[in-house]
Amino acid sequence: MPEQVFFALEAAANGLMTGVLYALVALGFVLIFKASGIFNFAQGVFALFAAMTLVGFQNGQIPFAHLINAIFGTSLHHFGWNMPTVLAILCTMAVMVLLAFLVERWVLKHLVNQEPIILFMATIGLAYFLEGFGDVMWGADIKKLDVGLPQGMSSAIDEATYSLFGYGFFIDRLDVVAAVVAAMLVVALMLFSQFTKYGRALRAVADDHQAALSVGISLRFIWVMVWAIAGFVALVAGMMWGTKMGVQFSLSLIALKALPVLMLGGFTSIPGAIVGGLIIGMGEQLFEFSVGPLVGGATQNWFAYMLALVFLVFRPQGLFGEKIIERV
Amino acid sequence: MKDGMDTDAEGYLTADGRKIGGVLMEMRNITLRFGGVVAIKDISFDIREGEIRAIIGPNGAGKSSMLNVINGFYHPQEGEVWFRGQKRGSVRPYDVARMGIARTFQNIALFKGMSTLDNIMTGRLTMTKTGLLSQALWWGKAEAEETYHREKAEKIIDFLEIQHIRKTPVGRLPYGLQKRVELGRALAAEPKLLLMGVVMDLSDRVVVMDYGRKIGDGTPDEVRANPEVINAYLGVAHD
Repeated sequence: MPEQVFFALEAAANGLMTGVLYALVALGFVLIFKASGIFNFAQGVFALFAAMTLVGFQNGQIPFAHLINAIFGTSLHHFGWNMPTVLAILCTMAVMVLLAFLVERWVLKHLVNQEPIILFMATIGLAYFLEGFGDVMWGADIKKLDVGLPQGMSSAIDEATYSLFGYGFFIDRLDVVAAVVAAMLVVALMLFSQFTKYGRALRAVADDHQAALSVGISLRFIWVMVWAIAGFVALVAGMMWGTKMGVQFSLSLIALKALPVLMLGGFTSIPGAIVGGLIIGMGEQLFEFSVGPLVGGATQNWFAYMLALVFLVFRPQGLFGEKIIERV
Repeated sequence: MKDGMDTDAEGYLTADGRKIGGVLMEMRNITLRFGGVVAIKDISFDIREGEIRAIIGPNGAGKSSMLNVINGFYHPQEGEVWFRGQKRGSVRPYDVARMGIARTFQNIALFKGMSTLDNIMTGRLTMTKTGLLSQALWWGKAEAEETYHREKAEKIIDFLEIQHIRKTPVGRLPYGLQKRVELGRALAAEPKLLLMGVVMDLSDRVVVMDYGRKIGDGTPDEVRANPEVINAYLGVAHD
């Protein structure tokens, strides 16, 4: 086989791995959108905030240290200990649950039955607030996140593909781990929503608010739950992306990559988020590989949005979304 | 206005010999307004254990509003709701469902994307005891409980003879079957009081409403003979 084919295959494999990470972010959007019809613009900032909090706990940083120092003239920075990774993850999860609770209590509760655009604007506000709040709490510097995930080229895949094709694929071990974790997360979420009381209640709320109330489901409880789950998904995404590119502001921009994923997969479909992520991830790599050289490269920056545009024109509900039927 | 039937605290026997018990729910002087519009005006009546009680009236009389008050969707400005001997305070609709009041709607409120079985299982939600963590981790009693509720749901499916549509998303079913699934979901909650948004010709006692007022209350025969009721439906005769 010509070498070009292997290059293409390698690009596709790498694209799939990146696609999993896109899917992970998109998943957070879908969960909240399904349950409450809110497009949560803050999902990317959730991932950033979760990653910052995780690093903060791990390194034993004192929250609001800069603020405290500025006010009291102290020079506090660290507690002087490091928290074990597992404990730090659990603590971060607790913070994300608390965040979900406060968002419901302070924002959503007051906006029940408002137009979707109002709720959307509220989440934009939430995004900017949380971004600033995260900086005040943990500092705005770029942080290194290490939760013990393997990084660098996977020599096993390199050797295996070399002995098969005579060409070793370069695949990052972190991407492989991320793919496995994302797959497990999706399976767990599916099982939860299909086979448990709360999963059933979640689907019921997603389907019909009035009917859900009449069978004794508290909408507010389900909203807190779903925002907490989205917070958990954001934590996982933040861990993967944070390990990959450091914990910094641009982490929150991965949310923008989730938009075309949602256009493709449909805003209400969990499998859609996964497949959409994979298609975008693989598509942009293959596009860069094949068309990139002809147009001067850097097609990854716009390929996903172009594809989303095409979908908006020809299939606005996405691949798996519910068909939009407007009754006149 | 005089209530048609003498009903004492112990209850009464119906024409076909069923024993009706004491008061289950009592509405006392309920008034409900939307801005300047009075939807329900100073209405009182009771519902007894085992009784089939109807609320009838012409379009716009306030029947659905009354159901929504009982259901907790609307909060009356005046009056008291008593349920099982206790005055009901400020409640949310899901509290009412948890008290044992189930409901089917005039224009069916099912979870259209979910299967018949799942819809009926949502009726069991208020009776599931295990907590979120235990459910999420499928830990402790969660599995045994799921099996128990599943069996209950299957019994209702058998009773309503809808086995063949167990796995069908209800949005695809015809109206009649959807109605049956909705009844199944309400029955699954093992309610003390079942509110149904349809006319039934089996009632023991009937409340008649018109323009938000109660204009009659009694057995179907008494109500039929009530001139005010006749006027409400057929218009007042002028001669």
